[in-house]
Amino acid sequence: MNAFSLFNYWIVIILMMAGFYTVIASGNLVKKIVGLNIFQTSVFIMYISMGKVIGGTAPIVTVNSELYSNPLPHVLILTAIVVAVATTALGLSLVIRIKEAYHSIEEDDILAISQREDEAE
Amino acid sequence: MISHHLPALQVVVPLMAAPLCFLLGRYRRLGWILSTLVSWLCLWIAVRLAFQVADGGQIQYAFGGWAPPWGIEYRVDQLNVLVLLIVSGIASVMFPYSWSSVQNEVDPEQQPLFFTCMLLCLAGLLGITITGDAFNLFVLLEISSLSTYTLISLGRDRRALTASFQYLIMGTIGATFILIGVGILYMLTGTLNMADLSDRIGEIGESRALQAGFGFLIVGIGLKLAMFPLHLWLPNAYAFAPSIVSAFIAATATKVAVYVMVRYLFTIFGHEFSFSAMYIHWLLIPVGLIAVLFTSIVAVFQRDIKRMLAYSSVAQIGYMLVGIGLVSTTGLTATLLHLFNHALMKGALFLSMGAVCYRLGNTLIDNMDGIGRQMPWTMGAFVAGGLSLIGVPLTVGFISKWYLILAALEKGWWPIAVIVVLGSLIAVIYVWRVVEAAYLHQRPDQSVTVVEAPASLLVPTWILVLANYYFGIDASFTTGFTSSAATTLFGAP
Repeated sequence: MNAFSLFNYWIVIILMMAGFYTVIASGNLVKKIVGLNIFQTSVFIMYISMGKVIGGTAPIVTVNSELYSNPLPHVLILTAIVVAVATTALGLSLVIRIKEAYHSIEEDDILAISQREDEAE
Repeated sequence: MISHHLPALQVVVPLMAAPLCFLLGRYRRLGWILSTLVSWLCLWIAVRLAFQVADGGQIQYAFGGWAPPWGIEYRVDQLNVLVLLIVSGIASVMFPYSWSSVQNEVDPEQQPLFFTCMLLCLAGLLGITITGDAFNLFVLLEISSLSTYTLISLGRDRRALTASFQYLIMGTIGATFILIGVGILYMLTGTLNMADLSDRIGEIGESRALQAGFGFLIVGIGLKLAMFPLHLWLPNAYAFAPSIVSAFIAATATKVAVYVMVRYLFTIFGHEFSFSAMYIHWLLIPVGLIAVLFTSIVAVFQRDIKRMLAYSSVAQIGYMLVGIGLVSTTGLTATLLHLFNHALMKGALFLSMGAVCYRLGNTLIDNMDGIGRQMPWTMGAFVAGGLSLIGVPLTVGFISKWYLILAALEKGWWPIAVIVVLGSLIAVIYVWRVVEAAYLHQRPDQSVTVVEAPASLLVPTWILVLANYYFGIDASFTTGFTSSAATTLFGAP
């Protein structure tokens, strides 16, 4: 097993860290959502990679091949993709309402306004 | 015929009712009646299931007739039937309450959406509890979470939006961590069925991948249950959500997450792996104890009572984690008891604050001066619930803390018992602040006069308050169920 045979998993780790970093470090709410999306995408690739069987074909019944990839992780991840799309949609619509309410989508600005409101109470 | 399908109906009924409720659209009252009836039906199903497993048996239900481990299996035992009872019981008390409260706090055009999301949230929480499939659990977790984000954002204050956004970010990270953990387990074992997973994990032995999967799952679930340093989303989410949403999720969502933690630690990984190989109790006990002390102290300084109760919730989660960390049947019994009891006390407290919010428009302590005389029943409910939160004898709070202290002393770890008592003493302080404002202060002359909340709010609140005392005086049902569940969890490898 050389390092290249784990190529997919290296990509998973790179994407995961890039996405996670964006979620934490970015102050812009839309960028946070994008980072979250990249983070989730890395997990999709992880699931898709684990279903691969070396030398296997697509999981379709044919006479030519006995060996086929495991279709279950692919099916699972379809569900997770739907969940991720829903999360992104909900997140972005929240950003729109935050923009309407605060006239900003920068976390620092919003935090400052919220803090003033907290103190004003 | 129907009774055979009860495990599926437990989740399918609220799930199917949700779109129906949305289609009812502007017939808002009809949507509310529908969701109330559905919540009662869920409770009835849960009670029926409880009777079936009361003798320690299990119900296994293969979804769609596909035999496990290939198909999705729903599995009911004494542990999760207790959580089912909590979730559906709390829902059936809170849905009747929701109408008046929601009229006051949510825009009329958003109300159909509100009841739809409440039903989806209920379906998700019940599903998480009943499912025997690790991936199915993730999907249902996201159903309940997504609807919770929506419900929180319906709060009137614009800070509800940022609270909801923050919860969305942290909740999704948590759920994705759970997804990664489940993926790693699938890679190792080739199965997603919980019972099957537990068999095969036992055969793996020492494995770095298994440890990594364990770590991802614990952090992911920890985010969902607001384990101490991961609790930052919770206070604002509870403070700015509509009152009924705060009450519902405070009483159910974190409890279900604690259940998931117990299920993973004991059923799937097995207590030998979790505690003897991974030493998870060395994480859970310190984190739990810090939560008990730190967040209780933070709660004392809150001016918004809803946020105060939210911080107190994090502290109560701390007690539950300590109970798990003691690694004994008594400790686990204490956790499960507190799971049940905390749902009752926090439900009652948040509902009484909902009634205050109904009359005052907010729950700031500065505005509550002297309202004890004008809203005697509401504040009476708060005081009664507060006593239970503190852990005064004859209340449920006493029972679970008693078991927790007993478990700590059984191990000879008396400092834990001291901290538990200390946490209760801090609870006395923050409950007293409200009592002092409501009863001992005079109502300022220029302030608006308030009258007692309507009966539609008071009756559900008092049902929960009385439940606090009923299960506090006659604890045979709860202790019987929980100790038998705890013994089973330790007995099964």
